[in-house]
Amino acid sequence: MAVCIAVIAKENYPLYIRSVPTENELKFHYTVHTSLDVVDEKISAMGKALVDQRELYLGLLYPTEDYKVYGYVTNSKVKFVMVVDSSNTALRDNEIRSMFRKLHNSYTDIMCNPFYNPGDRIQSRAFDSMVNSMMMQVC
Amino acid sequence: MEGLTLSEAEQRYYCDLFSYCDTESTKKVASNGRVLELFRAAQLPNDVVMQIMELCGATRLGYFGRSQFYIALKLVAVAQSGLPLRVESLNTVKDLPLPRFVVSKNEQESRHTALYSSDADSSASYSGVIPPPPGRIQVKKGSVSHDAVQQRTSTDQQESTSPVVSPQQSPPTSPHTWRKHNRHPSGGNNERPLAGPGPFWAPFSEAQPGSSTSSDPIWSGHSPPPHQENWVSFADTPPTSALLAMHPASVQDQTTVRTVASATTTNEIRRQSSSYDDPWKITDEQRQYYVNQFKTIQPDLNGFIPGSAAKEFFTKSKLPILELSHIWELSDFDKDGALTLDEFCAAFHLVVARKNGYDLPEKLPESLMPKLIDLEDSTEVGEQTGEVGYSSSPAEAPPSKSPSMPSLNQTWPELNQSSEQWETFSERSSSSQTLTQFDSNIAPADPDTAIVHPVPIRMTPSKIHMQEMELKRTGSDHANPTSPLLVKPPDHPEENKMSSSVKFTSGNTVNGYSSSDSYTSDPEQIGSTVTRQRSHSGTSPDNTAPPPPPPRPHPSHSRSSSLDMNRSFSVTPGQQQAGVVAYPPAVPPRPQPSQGAGPHVHRPVDAEGLIAHTSTSPQQIPEQPNFADFSQFEAFAVSGVNKEEEDEIETHSEVLQVEKPSDSASSLRVAKADGRVEDKAPANVPTSVGKGTTPLAPPPKPIRRRLKSEDELRPEAEEHTQKTGVIAAVLASQPSIPRSVGKDKKAIQASIRRNKETNTVLARLNSELQQQLKDVLEERISLEVQLEQLRPFSHL
Repeated sequence: MAVCIAVIAKENYPLYIRSVPTENELKFHYTVHTSLDVVDEKISAMGKALVDQRELYLGLLYPTEDYKVYGYVTNSKVKFVMVVDSSNTALRDNEIRSMFRKLHNSYTDIMCNPFYNPGDRIQSRAFDSMVNSMMMQVC
Repeated sequence: MEGLTLSEAEQRYYCDLFSYCDTESTKKVASNGRVLELFRAAQLPNDVVMQIMELCGATRLGYFGRSQFYIALKLVAVAQSGLPLRVESLNTVKDLPLPRFVVSKNEQESRHTALYSSDADSSASYSGVIPPPPGRIQVKKGSVSHDAVQQRTSTDQQESTSPVVSPQQSPPTSPHTWRKHNRHPSGGNNERPLAGPGPFWAPFSEAQPGSSTSSDPIWSGHSPPPHQENWVSFADTPPTSALLAMHPASVQDQTTVRTVASATTTNEIRRQSSSYDDPWKITDEQRQYYVNQFKTIQPDLNGFIPGSAAKEFFTKSKLPILELSHIWELSDFDKDGALTLDEFCAAFHLVVARKNGYDLPEKLPESLMPKLIDLEDSTEVGEQTGEVGYSSSPAEAPPSKSPSMPSLNQTWPELNQSSEQWETFSERSSSSQTLTQFDSNIAPADPDTAIVHPVPIRMTPSKIHMQEMELKRTGSDHANPTSPLLVKPPDHPEENKMSSSVKFTSGNTVNGYSSSDSYTSDPEQIGSTVTRQRSHSGTSPDNTAPPPPPPRPHPSHSRSSSLDMNRSFSVTPGQQQAGVVAYPPAVPPRPQPSQGAGPHVHRPVDAEGLIAHTSTSPQQIPEQPNFADFSQFEAFAVSGVNKEEEDEIETHSEVLQVEKPSDSASSLRVAKADGRVEDKAPANVPTSVGKGTTPLAPPPKPIRRRLKSEDELRPEAEEHTQKTGVIAAVLASQPSIPRSVGKDKKAIQASIRRNKETNTVLARLNSELQQQLKDVLEERISLEVQLEQLRPFSHL
């Protein structure tokens, strides 16, 4: 159950950002933006190795006192950033991975849509619904 | 548009129609919905309608102004009369009948229908009422004055068509244009069920049989014109202003309009409930039209439309990209970026629906759910989807998906099954199980043992038989009835009957059997019953190291044995030593030094056979004790049996004759033997064995190296040494050249036998190794496949 989910394009501009509405979304935007540096750092760290060996799931990018930020990057340098609440301790790494996998699958489905131009903002309803399912259900 | 000149009747009629369509009473713009509805009532194909709309400029303007409307009506008349739609025809065609419009009705509207039909029939009567319109604008103004007059009829017409408007209320958020319809005073009729479209269709179909048919030939290239009944059903559908305005003048759009109308109409007709009742159902005509459109893009109905082509196609519908994107998401069920026929139909239907103002659902309606990939049932699928969707509503997405989901899911299990089958197939070819099976077969089986096992197993019965035969012949014949040809039953009796080993030695062309038989015979003959028993004991239970070399069931051997038989028979007609054909070289005389002269002849052959046996297989190394028999023979030979020599000569000659058919190895050996013999002969070895051996030793060695297997070399070395020693001894013992020749012959025969045996063994070894190689290759292939399967997952 993420608090914020963002899809960042290769050029580091957001394709999609969705946050739990209760919180200040700007804060999450800022968090996602700062996490991009960490993502790039992780990518460059294993950049020496072949792309095949690079793990798509980056894992915990950095924790803060309130939440943790996880990262995932595709082979086309599209990044998925997920912010989860630190209080949610039941969230295991496997679940994070599965959520990223679902995100990736939905993203590929969007890519398959000929009406979608890569680089556009993601406005797919299916993607939205999928992300909503992963977001924390805050009443 | 050029000026439109209308006759009085036309003007009046058009005015009426315009006022009818002017639902908002704007007196300027005919509501697109009504216009479309009117055009549907004209029973023209959608493409015709679209063309009309384009020609009149409504598509350009986005609405039907009076002028556009009049032009459109004129074009309708033109089309209905079967003339091609041309702008020029507007004014050139004279005496054009007024456009006829068919409107569907329900029971309550029957009077309106009659009125309308009467209106249609009496449209000409308006000529007297409607003043000639001064012009377009004037026409408009002029028509205003007649609006009141025609208002009644128009209202009737409107009322009659009001039920048609009802479906427009179905969309939850109908565009503002449709709200006009909703605000229509005849909105009360919206809920009225349209139950009588069936009977209603008939009269109208009769009324206008020609119009649509006339227009059909013109547009024959387009999708098949609907039946009149269905066309009438289209009339029920409320026109969509957006559709008219936005659709470009393309066949696709025209048909889309029609299909949309048909969809909504059909729904209304069949459903008397709210419009939410499956507006997503695809009628057969719609389906057919979709299929035809599919064909224009992709001739193969079972093929795919790539995303780019679909994008272009649907972009023509002028829907916003966002909506098109959503439609794509809904319709591309397998998310492959391409549209199958079902997916395409669903997408098209969604576009049509969207054009009509239906909001796109969040999930694909069940009626639009693509069925199994089997497109042969596309038409049936349409019906099925219709039926299925009939009972469901688009809002019930989850349950509606369930019936069709299994069908879709079936595709995946099928694919999975295919993949599983593929896997099983691959597994069958090279799976761990099969590999283990192979391994289990191979691992414990040492190639040598593998070679050995079957051989001795096979040989035991023959050996037993041989032994039995030998036992029978213990007293009578040294010639071993046991013949390698026991493996070949037909030959066996003959061989058994052939007793003379001497003669068989001639036919000794490296017959494994012969050698083995000779080998088996050797101990028997060498020893006497004791030796025979030894051979028995050696052959029957012992498979690994049978002192008598197992006779190999080589067809060549049999053949050779048969040859031997023939030769032996020819050579020794008198002799009736059965079973010796196989090992004629092995023949009795030699190994039985203790026995009489007769057997003497056989013994050298047997000795040779014995030697051959030793050479053929490593297991024959333990045959050395039998070889010792040969030494006995040697001793015997030393004793100087002339008869043996003579026999040797004979055998040698026979051996020489036999050499030709023998293998190269055997020939080599024979050559060795010959070499030895020749060396011995000229060397006049009899003086000293060493002399005989020494000259003999070098020649065999180079020949020996030519041999392939080291195993053969080893036993051959031994054999050669032994044989050379023996032969040398024998030759040495025989000062006479003919004697040496005879002995050489026997030696050659023996060597031939050995060579042949070795060949057999090597051939078997080769086959076994190749089998192992194949298995290993299969293993390797399976491992590589597994590696490739695992590799993509490594960096997932």
